[in-house]
Amino acid sequence: MTLTAPPVAEDAPAEGAARRRFIDKVFKARELAVAAVLVLMLLATQLSNTEFLSRQGITDLLLNATILVLVATGQAVVVITRNVDLSVGSVLGISAFAAGNYLQGGGSSLVAVVLAVGLGALFGALNGALVSLGKVPALVVTLGTLYIVRGIDSIWVGSRQITADSLPDGFVDFGHNGIWVVPYLALLAGAVLFCVGYYLRSYRSGREMYALGSSPEAAQLAGIPVRGRIMTAYVLCGALAGLAGALYLARFGNVDSATGSGYELTVVSAVVVGGVAFTGGSGTVYGAALGALLLTSINSVLPAIGVSSVWVTAINGILLLLAIAVDRILALRVAAVLRKQAARMRSARHA
Amino acid sequence: MTESEPETTPVLALEGVSKSFGAVRALRGVSLRLYAGEAHALAGENGAGKSTLIKTLAGVHRPDTGQVLLDGEPVQFNGPADARDAGVAVIYQEPTLFPDLSIAENIFMGRQPRRSMGRVDHRSVRGAADALFARLGVALDADQPARGLSIADQQLVEIAKALSFDARVLIMDEPTAALTGSEVARLFGVVRALREQGTAVLFISHRLEEIFDLCERVTTLRDGGWVSSEPVAGLTEDDLVRRMVGRDLAELYPKQDTELGEVALDVRRLTREGVFTDVSFQVRRGEIVSLAGLVGAGRSEVARAVFGVDRFDGGEVEVLGRRLKPGAPSLAMHAGLALVPEDRRAQGLVMDMSIERNIGLTGFAETTRAGLMNRGAERSRSLDWAVRLQVKYSRIADVVGTLSGGNQQKVVLAKWLATNPQVLIVDEPTRGIDVGTKAEVHRLLSSLAAEGVAVLMISSDLPEVLGMADRILVMHEGRLTAELTRGEATEETVMAAATGRVNREGKAA
Repeated sequence: MTLTAPPVAEDAPAEGAARRRFIDKVFKARELAVAAVLVLMLLATQLSNTEFLSRQGITDLLLNATILVLVATGQAVVVITRNVDLSVGSVLGISAFAAGNYLQGGGSSLVAVVLAVGLGALFGALNGALVSLGKVPALVVTLGTLYIVRGIDSIWVGSRQITADSLPDGFVDFGHNGIWVVPYLALLAGAVLFCVGYYLRSYRSGREMYALGSSPEAAQLAGIPVRGRIMTAYVLCGALAGLAGALYLARFGNVDSATGSGYELTVVSAVVVGGVAFTGGSGTVYGAALGALLLTSINSVLPAIGVSSVWVTAINGILLLLAIAVDRILALRVAAVLRKQAARMRSARHA
Repeated sequence: MTESEPETTPVLALEGVSKSFGAVRALRGVSLRLYAGEAHALAGENGAGKSTLIKTLAGVHRPDTGQVLLDGEPVQFNGPADARDAGVAVIYQEPTLFPDLSIAENIFMGRQPRRSMGRVDHRSVRGAADALFARLGVALDADQPARGLSIADQQLVEIAKALSFDARVLIMDEPTAALTGSEVARLFGVVRALREQGTAVLFISHRLEEIFDLCERVTTLRDGGWVSSEPVAGLTEDDLVRRMVGRDLAELYPKQDTELGEVALDVRRLTREGVFTDVSFQVRRGEIVSLAGLVGAGRSEVARAVFGVDRFDGGEVEVLGRRLKPGAPSLAMHAGLALVPEDRRAQGLVMDMSIERNIGLTGFAETTRAGLMNRGAERSRSLDWAVRLQVKYSRIADVVGTLSGGNQQKVVLAKWLATNPQVLIVDEPTRGIDVGTKAEVHRLLSSLAAEGVAVLMISSDLPEVLGMADRILVMHEGRLTAELTRGEATEETVMAAATGRVNREGKAA
């Protein structure tokens, strides 16, 4: 027995490392899978319609995705902390109108954007305060603020409308131009995405958001300022929804009291399709952004291959269920691997 | 007793601390002194206030009156972070890890080494974690997610966490409840080493022999009040039990001699791929058979498969001569089988529901007429069983989650006994419950067997296995490795089989 023991003990960590690499791959593959589906879909469309990935086509794809990517980034941060923000559509709408209203009065573009971001952050702080202090489920709280903000928006906007011709030219141009095929808006969204991703990965407070989403009780006991982190997540999410509102204005130039209605569900779908688990603690903003890109691309793909766009919502729904099914299957697989690994380590230890 | 205390100032102490939650007075004027390099045990039944005391030391609760003293100076901990910064590490009963994060991140959460611009230095986090595990002498992969770790490994991660900030005080709330003998030995080795380096240790366990094994001093609490603080040397287990319960304890293992009847449960060549293999055994009416083995040997899995919670790949199960359909718990219940699961919080009870409703869950067939619930019938059925098992509650409509662990376990037992089972499978029936309730549970099992019920008891508590079982089946890595009669079984023979050193015929391998 003693003769055979040492090799067993030496094998175990190597075996463990191999298993771990498999697990790592599975998780990384989650984002890769979304990217692969996206690329396949775009290539297939390109084959059947060679006009699809023209310069203008690519620009349109990126432009369409920009706003969803921004909001999905903020939403992903909130979902990682095991919460949700359903009010993003309403916040986007009211921020877009606020920025437009200010610009119509002859204000500067930069201040308009800051105004939208600030307004969004304010509503985010309200959500954060209600969720973290009131200890009420985020789903209910933000459903409430969804209606409240939309209500305020309706009263304020009334039947007014902001149109592109009443906005400064520079602002509208910013919404349409870009460097080569990449629109400015997409560059901005990409920069924001990268910053948020880097923050979550490389700063203590970012890691603490994953921790508290993974296990709120443990986070409390580990001395993590749970309320503060939830607050940060909501303020960030609100601010990004506000920024998205300003970009919406720049892109479409047209805002009324219904702008952004129902957007929250698209955002949540994008986040889930991108592999951010609703149970918190896992996933990345990059995945959420890929999910957003995938969902908006379908909007462009269907007309290009001659399918009626009435199919879009149904296909989005199928993607969502598919994403959840894949998550579930992967979770079971990973659990099985971990169990076997633990059993092996254990028997090695007892040998 | 005070004269035996060291002259030095205690590292951490409580003086006259009281704490109330609403009308419940959890602690009343309790004092406790923890000295550097000394292991201090905290004894008391469930509900005596041990958890509240720990949480006060850990900064989770603030005392209503009295003081927390650090190096003799009064301090106020405004949260767990304050206590941690003061060098107090707490390992809770249920390890508190982040399942989605890597082991290394779990250890250093909130205290990660940083590089320029405040960024987390992931490489040194991993390096430091590896160094800690090297120091502890365990082969854990710091990059692995915490999800899927065994409880023993989770506790090692918690200890590594305590080591990582050079804790001066290490508080452990029942760390051994879910561990096997060898894992306990390894844990104690680590704790002794820490103690020799001058760490003050506060240790809680329901296993008295562990207190005598590890600790120098013991403080006993009863009903939130301080009973005594004294050196362990010179005390006997009986003395300690008397202080805890305030009375002499009837025999802890009241095994009655019973008439063995027909075979009630017959399990033949049961196999589930990768979990357990070729498990065959019989349990007769009036017999208590214990399924022993290390945690993870597949004992609970066998029980779950027999009851039909999990499917099995081969073999068959017969109850009172009738073959059970696999994977159908409701049919198993109908055939007279009951399973009291291992984890009462997650599997045995609906924590937010009342005692009444929890017990009522198994009785819908009896208490329903024409598809409608008869609440009166449910209530009287539940009351009947709650009273028979002496569950301590103020109202039968109390939420189960507010009861102490021992009383919760009684509710689970009541829930299943109310189905009038012929074969009762109990999985870790006394884990994490106090001595008094433990004895009651043992007496109950014993009298059930005397009434002709076949009892299959899974337990990791060796004295309990030896004290209660007529026959002991030992599992090792999914296989039965030994079958011992009451006469043959000793701690040594059971452990030898549980660790796979002996084959089924009892010869050394």
